[in-house]
Amino acid sequence: MASPERSGGDVVSYVLAIDQGTTSTRCILFDRRATVVSVVRAEHPQSYPRPGWVEHDAARIWRDLQKLIRRALREAGIGASEVAAIGIANQRETTVLWDRATGVPVAPAIVWQDTRTDVSHLDASFVQDRTGLPPATYFSATKIQWLLEHTPLLKERAERGEVLFGTMDSWLIWNMTGGLHITDVTNASRTMLMDLSSLDWDDELLAIFGIPRAMLPEIRSSSEVYGTADAVLPGVPIAAAIGDQSAALFGQTCFEPGEAKCTYGTGGFLLLNTGTTPVRSRHGLITTVGYRIGDEKPVFALEGSIAIAGSLVQWVRDGLGLIGTASEIETLAGTVTDNGGCYIVPAFSGLFAPYWHSEARGVIVGLTSYITKGHLARAVLEATGWQTRDVVDAMNADSGLALTALNVDGGMTADNLLMQIVADFLQVPVVRPMVAETVSLGAAYAAGLAVGYWSDLRDLRANRHRAGSWRPALDAGRREHEYANWRRAVECAVFFSRGDQDGLR
Amino acid sequence: MSHVPGLIQSIERSSAVLRLLAAGEDRLRVKEIADALGWPKSTAHGILRTLEHVGFVEQDPRTARYRLGRGLLDLASSGIDDNELRGRALNWADALAARSGEEARLGVLRDGQVLVVHHVFRPDDSLQNLGIGVRLPAHATALGKVLLAYHATAAAAVTAAGLDAYTRRTVTSRDVLRDDLAVTRARGWGLSVEEWRPGLAAVAAPVRTSGGLVVGAIGIAGPVERVTDTRRHPRPQLVDQVVAAARSISREVQS
Repeated sequence: MASPERSGGDVVSYVLAIDQGTTSTRCILFDRRATVVSVVRAEHPQSYPRPGWVEHDAARIWRDLQKLIRRALREAGIGASEVAAIGIANQRETTVLWDRATGVPVAPAIVWQDTRTDVSHLDASFVQDRTGLPPATYFSATKIQWLLEHTPLLKERAERGEVLFGTMDSWLIWNMTGGLHITDVTNASRTMLMDLSSLDWDDELLAIFGIPRAMLPEIRSSSEVYGTADAVLPGVPIAAAIGDQSAALFGQTCFEPGEAKCTYGTGGFLLLNTGTTPVRSRHGLITTVGYRIGDEKPVFALEGSIAIAGSLVQWVRDGLGLIGTASEIETLAGTVTDNGGCYIVPAFSGLFAPYWHSEARGVIVGLTSYITKGHLARAVLEATGWQTRDVVDAMNADSGLALTALNVDGGMTADNLLMQIVADFLQVPVVRPMVAETVSLGAAYAAGLAVGYWSDLRDLRANRHRAGSWRPALDAGRREHEYANWRRAVECAVFFSRGDQDGLR
Repeated sequence: MSHVPGLIQSIERSSAVLRLLAAGEDRLRVKEIADALGWPKSTAHGILRTLEHVGFVEQDPRTARYRLGRGLLDLASSGIDDNELRGRALNWADALAARSGEEARLGVLRDGQVLVVHHVFRPDDSLQNLGIGVRLPAHATALGKVLLAYHATAAAAVTAAGLDAYTRRTVTSRDVLRDDLAVTRARGWGLSVEEWRPGLAAVAAPVRTSGGLVVGAIGIAGPVERVTDTRRHPRPQLVDQVVAAARSISREVQS
């Protein structure tokens, strides 16, 4: 991409962001104006050894990262001395256990999507009260427990401090520094082992899951110099670690309470900054740590997810064969002016926040002979719009803050019609920032702040520019009418799956 | 299998594959195609992969059998969906706007006009309206001149329909437009200085799919004093940025 700019003989430096994601690892170099200088990326294999199991090879991910860092520097034509800091954003919850003496993982990493573990025996209200998380297999605790129980002698070794746990941030920092064992508070908040009030590991939870404290990393802030790299970038400070969705919130510069971002990909992740006190959800949303800068107070967030967004479009492409590429959903939806009375509720694996019906299955309702594939395509996009509205309504109710704008990122923001639909359904402007790589940017910002590359949050905010925005244009009466229809369609999804249990069919 | 000297063998072979697939009712495996045409399997594989890349054949992911592709049914279109084009251009258009400091647009030719399929705001946080779906006059804009420069029949139709004046600088003469389009082709980018709106100047460059087919144009537009110098020539740095963005998007579209 662009060659590094030099002005007035000053050496210009860069911040390296590492985005260790679920399917790939990326390294991006940013300059002071937060523009991307080079991007390199490597995919890693997903291993599905049994139904419901998803594993990663952590050693492979570390090898990939070393190559990527060298490539990123080579493409930008710069040396290690021109890197001011390293920041890491990572897939959350994915669990790595490794041998302290050899640094070798003791088992394949268990990925957040893996459902081999069971949380049904847990006291849900206790766990949610302590950690902010409604018990789910996503979180690290039951994954660690599973590995300790299913690997011979592992528990004894863990108790002696010979085996260490970490999420991907910890694993990479351990390797880059040659043995520093830490994590950040956003990642720790996703383990289901951290007390959200004290921001420390909770002894009661550790006892419940049978996890020895000796194997856990020290919890640090998201933005401080943890140490310096020794192997790949000798002497460069490692100055940020932050879970990917929190990183996107930070990269979108949602620094004020009431500011929110939604990342649209396969699913959607909506995070709302709720300020320095955690907001407990009454609607099944997740209370999580947004970020913490050095020894400042932590900033909390409410998180709600849209289970099926881009994956519904993929289903229309691969399952129904109505379109050839995902982008064509917009072209097809553009052949009609409304949904023709048709609604799709994509409850492929249940309905999540704010409905919570895991047994529900998807429905298409309102079919008449008038309905064409264009109406179906429209209903597909509208389903993502309504799911966003459902999560936003729950967040507004929990936080007492009314969302005034939604900042968006992710692949689906290329869908102009979808973005207009979201603005129409939420009745707030939808704003797309100029830097699409918000996860990496968040990691870069957090690292740059810690080393003084950027001076403060205002400095970061000054880099933010709107690339596009969509203003609500739907008539209020029509919107409420459509919303009522969507709610009835959701009831249909719940009703249909109920018949299965009650023998009503 | 004979080959007439002077003709291009791979095109003859591609035609044979298409005729073979069109003749049969069943979908065919690579081996069956190679056997039917008397080729080594590797030759058939190479031809099929290329035809698949341009959308003329499709492979069923489950059975690995080949059939005619949807691209053949729709030969009159550019072969790339407008929204797909926007998706591929997204990151590069953002970078163009960020670097140039001006608003960026991606346009395609539709019924003799420029249809704006993507628009990125000028990065100054002023209030701006998203102009996706807007149509612009082809002969008066940089985007339009680029699209017409590589599309002779469309250029002829636009000229025949009459060249409306939007400002006193709009090109309304058939001959002047023809020369302008020739210059645009020769240097690889298009320019409009106050030809559509007074005070506004724009630079654009072509987006090409494999084979060189121009499917769109990407460009920037801004105040004439920022986009051009005192002699009303576009600033070389901006031209470089636009041409680089067009190349990057072309690569993205071809991958």
